[in-house]
This record gives sequence, C-alpha cells and structure tokens, in this order.
Amino acid sequence: MHAFFDTRKHPELVWVGIVVVAMTLTALPFALAGVGTAWVRITNSAILYVFLALGLNIVVGFAGLLDLGYIAFYAVGAYTYALLASPHFNIHLPFWVVLPIGAGIACLFGALLGAPTLKLRGDYLAIVTLGFGEIIRIFLNNLSQPVNITNGPQGITLIDPFRIGGFNFKTSQTIVGLDFTGPIKYYYFLLIVLIAVIVINLRLQNSRLGRAWEAVREDEIAARAMGINTRNVKLLAFAMGASFGGVAGAIFSATQQFVSPESFGLFESIIVLAMVVLGGMGHIPGVILGAVLLTLLPELLRYTMEPLQHALFGRVFIDAEIIRLLVFGIALVAIMLYRPAGLWPSAVRKRELETGTTK
Amino acid sequence: MTALSLLTATSISKRFGGVHALSEVDFTINHGEIYGLIGPNGAGKTSLFNVLTGIYDADGGTFNFDGEPLDRLKPNQVAERGIARTFQNIRLFQNLSALENVMIGRHVRTHAGVFGAILRDKATLAEEAAIEKRAYELLDYVGVAKRANAQARHLAYGDQRRLEIARALATEPKLLALDEPAAGMNATETQTLKALLENIRRDGTTILLIEHDMKLVMNVCDRVLVLDYGKKIAEGSASEVQNDPKVIAAYLGGEVSLNLKGA
Repeated sequence: MHAFFDTRKHPELVWVGIVVVAMTLTALPFALAGVGTAWVRITNSAILYVFLALGLNIVVGFAGLLDLGYIAFYAVGAYTYALLASPHFNIHLPFWVVLPIGAGIACLFGALLGAPTLKLRGDYLAIVTLGFGEIIRIFLNNLSQPVNITNGPQGITLIDPFRIGGFNFKTSQTIVGLDFTGPIKYYYFLLIVLIAVIVINLRLQNSRLGRAWEAVREDEIAARAMGINTRNVKLLAFAMGASFGGVAGAIFSATQQFVSPESFGLFESIIVLAMVVLGGMGHIPGVILGAVLLTLLPELLRYTMEPLQHALFGRVFIDAEIIRLLVFGIALVAIMLYRPAGLWPSAVRKRELETGTTK
Repeated sequence: MTALSLLTATSISKRFGGVHALSEVDFTINHGEIYGLIGPNGAGKTSLFNVLTGIYDADGGTFNFDGEPLDRLKPNQVAERGIARTFQNIRLFQNLSALENVMIGRHVRTHAGVFGAILRDKATLAEEAAIEKRAYELLDYVGVAKRANAQARHLAYGDQRRLEIARALATEPKLLALDEPAAGMNATETQTLKALLENIRRDGTTILLIEHDMKLVMNVCDRVLVLDYGKKIAEGSASEVQNDPKVIAAYLGGEVSLNLKGA
C-alpha cells in the first residue's frame, strides 16, 4: 500500500521487511523489561489504544461520521468482561468466551447509537455521540441501585486475569530460561490480536463494504444515487467500529483487573479521536502511528520533564501532567496547521489489473 | 402498458412552498430512445430528475418504470430498479481514484458483506476481480482508462463528466439520466460525448438527457420534452419542437412588442 521501496521489482524485500519487523516485535518486551517493567505496561496500553484508534477510524476515517462518544464502547466491553469474570456476580467465564460476548454487546450498542443518528451529519452527529458517551458513563456510575449491577463509582475489583487451563497471564514464570512476567505475556497476546485487528481493518477497507463507507464519506447523495443503502452501511460502520472498542475494553478490564466509570470520560474519547486525526484519518498505518505516538509521548514527558526540572532548578515547577496537556495542545494545533491530513495521510490506492486493461 | 415504453410519467407535481416546480407533467420514454429534456433556467428540469430518482418525493403523480410503479422509493432503491443518474454539478467521490469511483457503481449489483470482506473467501475474491475488471472496461468505454489511478478531483473537467457516466453505467441501468453532461465542454469534447451517447444507446441503454447545448440536443435526441415554469409546453421530435412558437417564446421571451416608433 505504501512504497518505501519498489516492492514490485523486489518482492523479496517484503519478506526481509516482515522478518525484521517480526524479530523486533518479538524481542521488544524483553528489551523494554530491561529498562523497566513499566515500559512493557506502557507498550501494552499503546496497543490497546491502537485497537481503539483503528475501531474509531472505521467510523470517522472510513465512513466520515464524527463520533465523540467512542469510549462508551470501550466501557461496554470493559464492563461486560468485568461482570462476567469477577466475584461481583460470582460468574467466572473464560476470556475466550467473554471476548466475543464483549465485542457482540459493544456491536449492539454501536447499532443502538447509529440508528437514531442516521440523518445527522457533522456537528450535529458529534453532539449526539458526545451525549451518548456521557450517558453510558453516567449509567455505569449510577447502576448500583436498586439492583447493584455496576457497583457505582467504586467500580468492580478482583476481575479475573486471562487464563488458559493452568496458564495464567498474570503470574510470572520462566520458560526456556526467559523470565516471562505478566505484562510480557499480555504483550504477546495483544500482539497476536493486534495482527488480527490490522488484517481485518485492511481487508475491510479494500472491500465492497469499505468502498461503500468511503463513498458515504465523500458524498452521501451520490452514494445513494449509486444504489448504496446508506442506512445499512452507516449502521455497519458504527457496529464494526464499536466491536473493536468492545474487544479493547474487555482486554483492558482483564489487564487492570479493575474498572470504574472514571476511566471512560470524555477526555478519553477526545484522545482517541486525536490519535485518528493526528495520524491520518482513514489511513491504517497513519492511525497506528498516531495511537503509538500519543501514548508514548506523555510517558516520555513524565519520565524526562520532572527529572529535568530537578536537575536544572533543584525542584519541580510544572507538573508533568500539565506539560503533557500543553504539548498535546501545541502538537494538535501544529498538525492541523502544517499537516491537515495527518502525519501519515493516505495516498491514492493504486491498482493494476493483472490481466491488463481491455484494449 | 405497451412493451415499447420504459418510463411513463403521469401528472407529476412538486411544490417548494408556494413555488410550483413541476405541475402535472406527463411524458413517456420508449425503450432505446435518447429523450431530451430542455427548458430555460429554473424550468424544473433538475427537479424532475430529483423526483424521478427519489431524492425528492413527488407531491402528486406517478412514475411507471419497466412495468412497475416507482412511488416512494429511496434513491438507492431507484438505482436498484435500474435508473442511474449523473449530476449537474458533478458529484464524484473526489478523493478516491477514478477506478474506485466506478467500482463503487458496481456496489448495487454485487453482494459481498462483512464476513466476505474479512474472510476473503473464493466467491468474494472472484467478485472483487470481476468488479475491478468491469470497472476498467467501463473506464475504457468512456475514454478515461489512462487516468484510472488518478484521484477523481485531479481529472480534467470533461473527464470528470465522462467518469460520472462510467460510474452510472456500472450500476447496469436500463435508463441513464444525464444532467447537463456537456456543460463546460468545448466543441471537440461535445463531439466525443455525442459519439459516447450514441454508443450507449446502441448497446441497449435508454437515455434521458437534460442539456443546454441545443446543437447536441437537436443532433442526438429522438424526442424532446420542453418545460417552462414547471409545465410541459411541448413534446416531439427535435425539429417539431424547434419550430414550436411556445418554445421560441419561452426561450426568447414571448409576447414582447417593442414599440420603437412611439419613442
């Protein structure tokens, strides 16, 4: 899809690239663990944000529907897992059962949000989705009475980690002489899911459905005149996007072992949207880049800004959190000014008919 | 219902507030015809198109298309029934390639869904290959195959008009409705367009043509309908319509007598 080098002339280069990337990704957690286990956790959360950003990219990037309440689907996935695999209701379903249920329920919520908003576009849609996100969060906050479903603001604790038979993702163990800590195990799990998510997204984009989404984004009236049922296509965009959010939420729930409504505020929705816009709306590699950058950058600031101030002035003047927001704002403004299509925007997809054109 | 007529409009009316955009317009388009629709600016031509293709609901009257009524259908259902259109102010999918534009036109005649897209089974792959092949053929047919991979918005104006026709043809229409396809074209381009329209008709698609280029209309249309202020004022062959006093009056302003002597 993107030409760093001409892969048509050198197909073997593709395989060299794949091997290099695969080796780097395989070795990565151990290298990071050398610096500190925190960095493995940060990487894991970066991958979760990639899931979210790719899911939102279907709605915003492909179908062009501005969604400011996307984090609600993350919340739905997280709470689905939390309720079905914790002592709260004393239900302990295995993760490979809950994961699809989480995706399914989030998908359902996606359609639920999509249905009443079909006729809205742009700003109006943004406001309704924003409201929807808040409604879900407020529901989670208050569904502790009269029947205690979500345990209110205290959240749900002691959520089961992932387990396959005797293999527990949380505990450390030594395999072939390597020290596999909990976060490292989750890293490999996330990596596998990530590959699947990327493949699904690429395939969706290059399909009849993906083209229909892009048609709706480009010109809804023309899309309808070409026979595209825009209602179904938009509902599918919401549902597909939401199900990725649901999967991410369920995994978040299991890795944190704790969920509370606090994690699903408006700011999170905006961060995920920023990842999509900054990276390059509708362009899968760009969106991945945006998600990784926006997760790693604040952490880097956290680890550098306070020690830097200590070294320079002997005390901390400005909290890293404040610098984070400042840098975040400046970055957004700069990107919008100098690269309005994002850091890594999509190029026109080139297609060559293998059999040659009919002349 | 004779086998000859493809589309019959019966007293179609459309109001916008107090403005009668269309009042009780009747006409019949026959199979294999190139049927012209002309009239001064604001006569209701594009409104008629929008009512026909389901973008507006008619306030009165019915369309009968290919033996069945078209009432209250959504634009996508109209396209599915076999009426494809272009737009007066070109509405391509600007940021997609020319080829993808035409591929989107195939949407309504293909079937792959979410699971087909994700699993890429044999049937889906075959369908995708067929869509792409057909899209190339259509680009070649209208003469923009060389620009297949260019973004639609980077195409020359005339090419954009032809691409819109290719996209409409991709839906396999029985009736192709063109809204001012020659607008902004130079004489050579208009000649190429005329040849294209004749080819499309020869290959079995009926054409409904709104056009301001009278030379093109008179050359290519079998019959012409003239609208003025939302009313049908004439219908007939090009030469008949051309000499109709009502049509001349509509275009040049009727009943005007300049009294220069008295001044």
